[in-house]
Amino acid sequence: MVSTLDRKLLRDLVRLKGQVITIALVVAAGIAAFVAMKGNFVSLERARDAYYERSRFGEVFAHLERAPEAVRADLEGIAGVSRVDTRIVEAAMIPLATISEPIRAQLVSLPPGGRSALGELHLVEGRMVEPGRNDEAVVLKSFAQAHGLRPGAELPVVVNGVWRRLRVVGVVMSPEYVMAIAAGSMTRDPKRFAVVWMDRAPLAAAFEMEGAFNDVVLELQPGASSAEVIESLDRLLTPYGGFGAIPRSKQPSNQVIEGELLQMQSMSTVVPAIFLAVAALLLNVVLSRLVHLQRPDIATLKAVGYRDAQIGLHFLKLVLVIAGLGAALGLAAGIGLGRMLTDLYGQFFEFPTLAFQLDVGATVMALGISFAAAFLGAFGAVRRVMALPPAEAMRPPSPPRYRRSLVDVLRLGRVLGPSVQMIVRELERQPLRAAGSVGAIGASVGLLVVAGWYSEALDTLMYTQFHEVMREDVMVSFAEPRPRRTARELAHLPGVLGAEGLRSVPVRFANGQHVRDGAIHGYEDGSEMRTPRDRFGRAAPLPPDGVVLTELLGTLLDVGIGDQVEVHVREGERPVRRVTVTGFVDESFGLQGHMRAAPLRELLREEAMVSTALLRVDPARGGEVDARLKEMPFVVAVTKRSDVFAQFQEQSAAMIATLTVLITVFAAIITIGVVYNNARIALSLRARDLASLRVLGFHRGEVSAILLGEMAIQVLVALPLGMWFGGVLVHGIASTIDPEQFRLPVILTSRSYGYAATVALVASAVSALLVRRQLDRLDLIGVLKTRE
Amino acid sequence: MATGSALPVLEARAITKVYRMGEVDVHALRGVDAKLLPGELVVLVGASGSGKSTLLNILGGLDSPTEGRVFYRDQELTRADSWELTRYRREHVGFVFQFYNLIPSLTARENVALVTDIAERPLDPADALDLVGLGERLDHFPAQMSGGEQQRVAIARAIAKQPEVLLCDEPTGALDYQTGVLVLEVIERVNAELGTTTAIITHNAPIAAMADRTVTLQDGRVVEERANPHRALARSIRW
Repeated sequence: MVSTLDRKLLRDLVRLKGQVITIALVVAAGIAAFVAMKGNFVSLERARDAYYERSRFGEVFAHLERAPEAVRADLEGIAGVSRVDTRIVEAAMIPLATISEPIRAQLVSLPPGGRSALGELHLVEGRMVEPGRNDEAVVLKSFAQAHGLRPGAELPVVVNGVWRRLRVVGVVMSPEYVMAIAAGSMTRDPKRFAVVWMDRAPLAAAFEMEGAFNDVVLELQPGASSAEVIESLDRLLTPYGGFGAIPRSKQPSNQVIEGELLQMQSMSTVVPAIFLAVAALLLNVVLSRLVHLQRPDIATLKAVGYRDAQIGLHFLKLVLVIAGLGAALGLAAGIGLGRMLTDLYGQFFEFPTLAFQLDVGATVMALGISFAAAFLGAFGAVRRVMALPPAEAMRPPSPPRYRRSLVDVLRLGRVLGPSVQMIVRELERQPLRAAGSVGAIGASVGLLVVAGWYSEALDTLMYTQFHEVMREDVMVSFAEPRPRRTARELAHLPGVLGAEGLRSVPVRFANGQHVRDGAIHGYEDGSEMRTPRDRFGRAAPLPPDGVVLTELLGTLLDVGIGDQVEVHVREGERPVRRVTVTGFVDESFGLQGHMRAAPLRELLREEAMVSTALLRVDPARGGEVDARLKEMPFVVAVTKRSDVFAQFQEQSAAMIATLTVLITVFAAIITIGVVYNNARIALSLRARDLASLRVLGFHRGEVSAILLGEMAIQVLVALPLGMWFGGVLVHGIASTIDPEQFRLPVILTSRSYGYAATVALVASAVSALLVRRQLDRLDLIGVLKTRE
Repeated sequence: MATGSALPVLEARAITKVYRMGEVDVHALRGVDAKLLPGELVVLVGASGSGKSTLLNILGGLDSPTEGRVFYRDQELTRADSWELTRYRREHVGFVFQFYNLIPSLTARENVALVTDIAERPLDPADALDLVGLGERLDHFPAQMSGGEQQRVAIARAIAKQPEVLLCDEPTGALDYQTGVLVLEVIERVNAELGTTTAIITHNAPIAAMADRTVTLQDGRVVEERANPHRALARSIRW
């Protein structure tokens, strides 16, 4: 048996359907954003943690030239180390027939049992390598997928200059290559970067590593300090050509994941928090006014003998239905969106098990906040109305008192006319309400600015990197530094229009206890294809001597111009030298130093060498050039600028597009929720005034202008405010991106602002049209007959 | 002030109005003929539900009849669309209502200016308010004025556009006797000084004494129409 009050509730819900839907959508947007983004974050975090733990992912990693296996005992003796894995890791080249350019490969040895104790491989397909089989290999899933390689496939590999034929027996995932990025590369490129695991014996034979190793992975005892272990490890490995150990946090794949998670954590907190806060504010404001409109009903209910508690419950039900509707919708949408986001990340991050999981704590919190806001909003209004004696509540509220406004003080009234006066006085009479609306719209504009900035910043970053910094068509990396004439020889290949050599050397920069790993690049005089440039593409001149450092590197090392920085060269004789810092350049990517080739040669005490050749290639003859490069045993990698650009774009574009769509849709929902509900309630409250104007001979458009003008002013005030807020958000979010990887420029131009303004204005216009339809249906006679 | 033989300003011919109230049809007007001649003051009397407000609303272009035709001079209002009706109200009709219908957020002067801003040959708002005796209260808001004062602002607002027709629906209905007379005096003065054709609806029979002509409605029909050659002054009316 449905009580009469509940029947009233149902009819009220139907009558207020426009408002019920828009408010429920705002609640849904807040909850969906929270559920999707938080859930996606915890899903990735849990997938990572579970994978790392199950596979016993190492905690300290070190690469070296060559050390006898006997050293292993010394490593096991380091205090805090619980387990040591030694192995052979070498670069190789894969000349696949299906792709014109050579593929860069990383060969990793498997222990005799076929299963490494640390960082155990996860078999996706096929089987592991049988011990003693020289020709068997397992390959990383992303690479296998990119080329359609299945167990049984043949894999040609140039190992230390020798062409070999391997057979793929299995496809695997590895915690070390969840995000597989080749050393020195900016992006993930599964087509052109392979990881291949083989039995240790054939690798040792190929690289003269019998009874020796060149790579170490350590597991630490609980509570052990990785910094102390690294110090001992480096001391032990230095005589064997150690490149400097790194903790798990600097392990390339993990570093990318950490950076992404860190950024995601801030985004998944900031964005939904704003949505929820706005939803809460809106619920509070709109519901309290909705209840206020029901004042005569409440009075009547009281007059006929309903108790306060019954009436209160009746309105709470109204509110709970709206909030509940929003919550259900938000939960469903959030789970759907979350799955989509997690799937999207799953395309880049290779976890054995990655499935969207609800963050129960965050979800309960989001629901709690929504319901609490709805409850408080309605409760205040119900209590105010219930405090009145029924007879008084039944009378219309005493006529609102208006004051002379700023317009009067400035004597602008005559100029602006009565319509504008009405708008201004209405706003001045209810400043808090207006401020609430402005705040809510401003917040959504702020989020739109963030969305606009994201894509704009990445575009700028990409344009600078791929048009200004990298001017070559192809970058050819050599296995070992080669004489400078190699570059000149490459220039004579058919199809090559020009070639320049670049000397890059891996180093560890140190100043006291401030230490960072990076590289120094040496530029020949007159180089054109690569020159140090700041993140806006401006060339940074190289002084005749000394090193120009990435600005952030200077800050991290705490050095200024004129200071000396220690350079531990990670190559050849591994000298430790000191060099004067002669400048800084504010770059987008990485931490590095730039020098002229001559002083770098002096620093390294070497002949004119190059580690990379940069080529300009006739686009029509690219394939020819690739084929020739594939035949050169000293070439380990061929990187095309256009491929890197495409990879980068593909990876970032999907993320940015998802984020932009998400924020745009949600911000539009908020704006419509605010504008529509405000206008709708203003219409109810002022139907009489507006109908009077219609009777006096005002056309529909003129009456609409008065009602909607108020909304327009709020939107117009909210725009600059929201843009300012967007700027604050952008700075906050940019600061959470790990700056040592790359730095998104905090630039906000008319494009981001224009985008935010356009979405806000279109959403407002849609709301205005919806209200305008109701305004057109004003009952002129009815509204004049009764006194409210 | 009736000019006798002149063509009517407003004319309703055989109009019927049927409202559908849920399942039942309510016949508010059943074949009413009515005329307003230039400059005359007509009082429409009748009990509640007799159809007088419906007639006034139809004459004022706020509503349209179910059957029959309505003419403003030679323009047929029953053929006008919403835009034209709005223009008709804007240019030629002044309304006064029982509950004043002032805009609370505008002062007296601004409430009048609301209309003068969109009218073709308006009075100065201050002059219009002067005419109703409110020259001193130009900058007061509705909430700062008494009912009678608010009604006089409404009259000033109605006449400020110098309409051809002034339609008043129970203008004294919400007022006490003394204030009511004051309001009637203003209407009388507007009719006399500006020559505005005026129709007043009232259920208050003595007010008929100030009219050139009285029309009595009952149950949606005109039951009596009486000329009054000796108009009484509003001041002398008692009820």
